[in-house]
Amino acid sequence: MTDAPSSAGDRRSRILGGGGGAGRNVAVALVSTAVVFTALGLLVVNSSGWEEVRQKFLNGEEFRTWFPDVLSAFWLDVKIFCVAEVVILAFALGIAVLRSLPGPVFFPIRALAIVYTDIFRGVPTILVVYILGFGVPGLQLSGVSTDPVIWGTVALVLVYSAYVAEVYRAGIESVHPSQEAAARSLGLSRWQALRFVILPQAVRRVVPPLLNDFIGLQKDTALVALIGPVEAFRQADIGANADFNYTPYFCAAVLFVAVTVPLARFTDWLIARDRRRQQGGRAA
Amino acid sequence: MRTFLAIAATGLALLAAACGSSGTSSESSSAAGSGGSNAADPCAKDSLQTLEPGKLTISTDNPAYTPYFAGGPGHEWKGEFNNDPYADKGFEDAVAYAVADRLGFTADEVTWTVTPFNQSFKPGPKNFDYYLAQVSITPQRQQEVDLSDPYYAATQAVVGLKGSPITKAKSLADLKSYKLGVEIGTTSADAITSVIDPDTKPNYYNRTRDATQALNNGQIDGLVVDFPTAYYIAFVDPGGGTVVGQFSGTGGEDQWGLVLDKDSPLTPCVDQAIASLKSDGTLAAIEKKWLSDIVGAPVLH
Repeated sequence: MTDAPSSAGDRRSRILGGGGGAGRNVAVALVSTAVVFTALGLLVVNSSGWEEVRQKFLNGEEFRTWFPDVLSAFWLDVKIFCVAEVVILAFALGIAVLRSLPGPVFFPIRALAIVYTDIFRGVPTILVVYILGFGVPGLQLSGVSTDPVIWGTVALVLVYSAYVAEVYRAGIESVHPSQEAAARSLGLSRWQALRFVILPQAVRRVVPPLLNDFIGLQKDTALVALIGPVEAFRQADIGANADFNYTPYFCAAVLFVAVTVPLARFTDWLIARDRRRQQGGRAA
Repeated sequence: MRTFLAIAATGLALLAAACGSSGTSSESSSAAGSGGSNAADPCAKDSLQTLEPGKLTISTDNPAYTPYFAGGPGHEWKGEFNNDPYADKGFEDAVAYAVADRLGFTADEVTWTVTPFNQSFKPGPKNFDYYLAQVSITPQRQQEVDLSDPYYAATQAVVGLKGSPITKAKSLADLKSYKLGVEIGTTSADAITSVIDPDTKPNYYNRTRDATQALNNGQIDGLVVDFPTAYYIAFVDPGGGTVVGQFSGTGGEDQWGLVLDKDSPLTPCVDQAIASLKSDGTLAAIEKKWLSDIVGAPVLH
């Protein structure tokens, strides 16, 4: 890239089209957006089934009736998500570090880490939720919880840790080997080199893809509904069944989007900041 | 059981006698609600066009399961869990004989045949005058065969694990404090919220199978399903449970009807017999005896 943007304003003007004055670009963007969306809107609204679809999917009265219920059920999704996210960050890092251990002695550990990521990335999340949610409590182990919320969360942690561990590993491997060599030559132990030199660089590089996985995780909290608990999706299900109307699902969709969109924008911002730092070189 | 159908035409009475019936019923008065001893009564025993004149052929599946048949193995119904319909024991068995009685047939005049469940409501010649084996009344089936007015409308029931605290519940109010589970989108799901209204939100499952697993896992205290399913889950598969009680749902539950050949002349007479069994409380008594008292599934209020 030849003209590295140096300010947010430059970047924005490039997104809007480039060339010419910023004011004109904004105007053109606004007009073309208005034209495209008006055309799309007219196409949908004038379709023959629109009235019925609107009644069944976007019914204002249904929305007002069910939104409070779906919202209160949505807190379960938020709780599951928050707990799972913290556990995943730590657990997946552990897996990634184990998989990055050098030397033949650690082969069994590396093999285990590989088997783990292969299995849990391979098995559909919905199956892991089912198997853990109904299977583990079925063992009737004393002292082990049978709470489906707990086991649903564990299932999500296991699946998403496999993805996130791979993201971490990519980060660790992207740090040049000379970094570790330099750290070791300064007298740091292998663990210290990992902790103070490799991981800080690795994690910083993978923050955007990490957040990407967490957006996926937020949506997948709805899978926990399969094993019993009433979260947003299930509450919407109940509403849809009660009134034979799909609008409650729309309530749930709005809530999920309301949480994932800010996270997505935050991810974009982090990527942009990283690029600025790397391309600016001295800025970081 | 005694029969009370009017038989006015002497010639027909003689024919009936020739076919092995007692022949002494010709003077008895009608109780089937057809209004006096009218010779033209199409539902008089001797006007009925049954498969075999003077006899009634009833059919069910083989095996015949409890609590719908409960006489133990016999005749063609062999095997440990099978039940002989000739025994007149069990809910549907009792219904079958009660309808026969109202049509004017004694128990001796009833012959049982075997028809696999799925064959019973298919078009084509029938080897029965009427058939019963928990056949739900559906519009599709009504296009293929005649289905009588319902002799049973499923109740809702709560299944609990044997010996668990919920089994001590004696009323609907007692159920409120337990964690219940239900299949989403069913009449049972409606019944939980509008009839029981539990203190904690019930768990919802995509399939009754999942809810059953959750019950066995101890993830829920009680499972709400319709009574026939509850019986099956509690005592057959996976078993080890008990039906805590049953209650009326909010409507829309499964209804069972007797199967007859399409456009059978018998259908209106069977409907009339069922109406008469309903109005004098016989049907309710049969249901109480075989689906509540013997099963140990009290009706909760």
